[in-house]
Amino acid sequence: MSQAVAAPAAPEGCDERQVLRQRGQREVFCGLTGIIWLHRKIQDAFFLVVGSRTCAHLIQSAAGVMIFAEPRFATAIIDDRDLAGLADANDELDAVVTQLLERRPDIKLLFLVGSCPSEVIKLDLSRAAQRLNTQFAPTVRVLSYSGSGIETTFTQGEDACLAALVPTLPSSDDSQLLVVGALADVVEDQFARLFAAMGLTKVRFLPPRQAGDMPPVGRGTKYLLAQPFLTDTARELEERGATRIAAPFPLGVEGTTLWLQAAATAFGITPAAFRAATEMAQERGKRALALHRDRLAGKRIFLFPDSQLEIPLARFLMRELGMTAVEAGTPYLHRQHMADELALLPESVTLSEGQDLERQLDRCRAEKPDLVVCGLGLANPLEAEGMTTKWSIELLFTPVQGYDQAGDLAELFARPLVRRTRLAV
Amino acid sequence: MKLTLWTYEGPPHIGAMRVATAMEGLHYVLHAPQGDTYADLLFTMIERRSKRPPVTYTTFQARDLGSDTAELFKTAVTEAYERFKPQALLVGASCTAELIQDDPGGLARSMGLPVPVVPVELPSYQKKENWGSAETFYQLVRSFTKKPEKRERAPGERPRCNILGPTALGFRHRDDVAEVTRLLDRLGVDVHVVAPLGATPADLVTLGEADFNVVLYPETGMVAAQWLMRNFGQPLVKTVPIGYGATREFITEVAKLTNIDPTPVLEEDESRLPWYSRSVDSTYLTGKRVFIFGDATHAVAAARMAAEEFGFTVVGLGTYSREFGREVREAAAKYGVEATITDDYLEVEAKITELQPELVLGTQMERHIAKRLGIPCAVISAPVHVQDFPARYSPQMGFEGANVIFDTWVHPLMMGLEEHLLHMFRDDMEFHDDAGASHLGSVKVAPPPAPREAPMETAVDTVAAPAADAAGETAVAERPVVWDAAAEQELRKIPFFVRGKARRNTERFATERGLTTITVDTLYDAKAHFGR
Repeated sequence: MSQAVAAPAAPEGCDERQVLRQRGQREVFCGLTGIIWLHRKIQDAFFLVVGSRTCAHLIQSAAGVMIFAEPRFATAIIDDRDLAGLADANDELDAVVTQLLERRPDIKLLFLVGSCPSEVIKLDLSRAAQRLNTQFAPTVRVLSYSGSGIETTFTQGEDACLAALVPTLPSSDDSQLLVVGALADVVEDQFARLFAAMGLTKVRFLPPRQAGDMPPVGRGTKYLLAQPFLTDTARELEERGATRIAAPFPLGVEGTTLWLQAAATAFGITPAAFRAATEMAQERGKRALALHRDRLAGKRIFLFPDSQLEIPLARFLMRELGMTAVEAGTPYLHRQHMADELALLPESVTLSEGQDLERQLDRCRAEKPDLVVCGLGLANPLEAEGMTTKWSIELLFTPVQGYDQAGDLAELFARPLVRRTRLAV
Repeated sequence: MKLTLWTYEGPPHIGAMRVATAMEGLHYVLHAPQGDTYADLLFTMIERRSKRPPVTYTTFQARDLGSDTAELFKTAVTEAYERFKPQALLVGASCTAELIQDDPGGLARSMGLPVPVVPVELPSYQKKENWGSAETFYQLVRSFTKKPEKRERAPGERPRCNILGPTALGFRHRDDVAEVTRLLDRLGVDVHVVAPLGATPADLVTLGEADFNVVLYPETGMVAAQWLMRNFGQPLVKTVPIGYGATREFITEVAKLTNIDPTPVLEEDESRLPWYSRSVDSTYLTGKRVFIFGDATHAVAAARMAAEEFGFTVVGLGTYSREFGREVREAAAKYGVEATITDDYLEVEAKITELQPELVLGTQMERHIAKRLGIPCAVISAPVHVQDFPARYSPQMGFEGANVIFDTWVHPLMMGLEEHLLHMFRDDMEFHDDAGASHLGSVKVAPPPAPREAPMETAVDTVAAPAADAAGETAVAERPVVWDAAAEQELRKIPFFVRGKARRNTERFATERGLTTITVDTLYDAKAHFGR
């Protein structure tokens, strides 16, 4: 994880904000969970977790029924024999990979994904990837990253995956915009159309939909983060000469406009061209939000840490829907990447980084919020205590970014409240 | 290292969680890395529990590795004790913590807590979930259960038993306990303690006071029951009352043990299964070929029901519970089949593909395999999804359990009358199998000619072929034979729900005889060859 946040160059005083730093039990997913949406995005990639039965069980539980559709992920389960000696473990891994690639000849990119057990026994997956790369090149490229719980929290798994990809991207110093972070295809297409409409044609997305279609990177690349959890990916991109376009994240109409605007400004798009390209979509997004504003305005919301999306979400819910966030928890706060978000977020919100679960639950109960955003392990128990909850993992699986999803995003928060008023039991 | 796409059982600490969550007044402190809390959602979502499982995780991270983690563990124990004030603490490690060797048991014991601390050692790299449950329950019983004072039963006092084995996240455990308790009550037996489900550590102390033990789920309860038998001389009832016959045997076994006359309960006979199974609509069930897979207890019970109570032919029987491989092999031998003992779903898939049964009874995984292969299926065992923790009363055990099972298994098959009618009218325009199912007059019937089953067949084959290869069975996969037009036409007269099997059998028949073209005669030759 990045240590590069010691002296952030953040604007207007938001780094002076008090942040409650918490340590204790953390009720969060590990980075392996990222596989569940990443494998849908890169359609010819396979994710092989090197871990324990627990890792296999976690992905199976989190993926639900998706796992039965011949998924492009699996686990090489470490057993007693592997723990006995490391040389043996490497041979075993090679055998598993060979078996896998024979079974799935359509795979072009294989990620070896590290887990807590593989990290603790110091199984060197980057060397294994190099070794397997020479064996299977050029048909299959093999990369490695860690999705272990000891190093990554939930969405940081995507960060680790993309960061592993960046050094392998082709080089080009041509001027281009690179949008970074896995977005639903429908959202990606909408953004591509909006950029094209404002005359910005050299736009690429990372990750791409096919392993053979990797975007180039170099000194002419300006990158725009579509997701707030891409610390290491950003650092790797900067090492390749790319520069970040600072912006809030494209959640809600305001967030999307500021995000697109930042890219437009960086590429010298005229205000008129920008307006012409986005005006209609902005209006449409605002109309969709108005429907939900009546239900949500004035309601108090408490967000447990999960994905690092919590701060942008709190900003959206407060500014565009009139809600009040009492606490926004995040597993990790990157001050520089979050600077534009923090500038828009009222000072009244308690920000917390990390977690001490029981104490956070105490705070939540004391606040008696109207809506609690939390994981599935907490949602039903809190409902049983009388609270209304919105389970957070859905925010990663549902298309929520951009103008035309702003209404859907608001609806995700409105629905549990509407349900509560409807039920007479 | 083993390539695993999905797994029938979780790691053993999930088994320990199933015991802790089933109980009251017990708290489990689990030394585990950040992320292992995912297990909470199995209980809160799949079983829809309204409380968090009584588990505190240390959730250590990379920065904590080193000397710190032991301290972290002690802090977690202290805070968990102070917050939850349990009667007893269970402590242990998950797979990663097992590697860092902090010794949770030793650490917790050294802290001088005012409640008992039970350490559980669960070797994550060798054992699995059910073993974890059995071991945890055994350790709790061993730690808490006191030898009872010798006491004569007062005249007229009813005999008492414990019900052992039901846990959290158990397939139909909630209703099985209710059903078996009711059955015992009608027989004149009281239930002393149900454990782990609903029991406290204080309840476990008194287990020895019961006259005997009923083990509903050997996978989770047998080790503890055997310990109680060895140490306190408590007899145990081994018959698992799943099925009409097994329920009657269970009643007889309990009656014998307690000197109660079982006749009134046996004569009352409140199950509808025997009559439903004898009624003529069930005749079509005769000889239906069924493949059975699940945990050992449910698989063995299902096989007996299938053969004796439904009149099916058991063509395959297997389990993922390696600990009970012997029992399943013995049962399989009774039906003249070889047991499939594996935790690799690809092996199960290959077996089902090879056997082409008409009904699959299995877990959530077999449900999906059967769906792909277009075979009817019913769920008989964990692992299961949320829909198999139903709101309605649906035991598997006892007489009501037999009713539930009759409906559940027959439902995916077509009812006899329906099957007969479809067969009779298969060439009528309304009932043609390309006509689509609709009661709406306005819906246009799709034009029939194009061989509609082709894409489906192809989809099935792409799945089936590699699996068959894996099993070293290539005869079906390579397909040098072609169907001539007349044979293809004839094949289409066979009802769609058995057509896949007919196609496969005929092709195998042709391949084995070196034929390159399938004619109408080949089709009927094959039918005669494979006909049952």
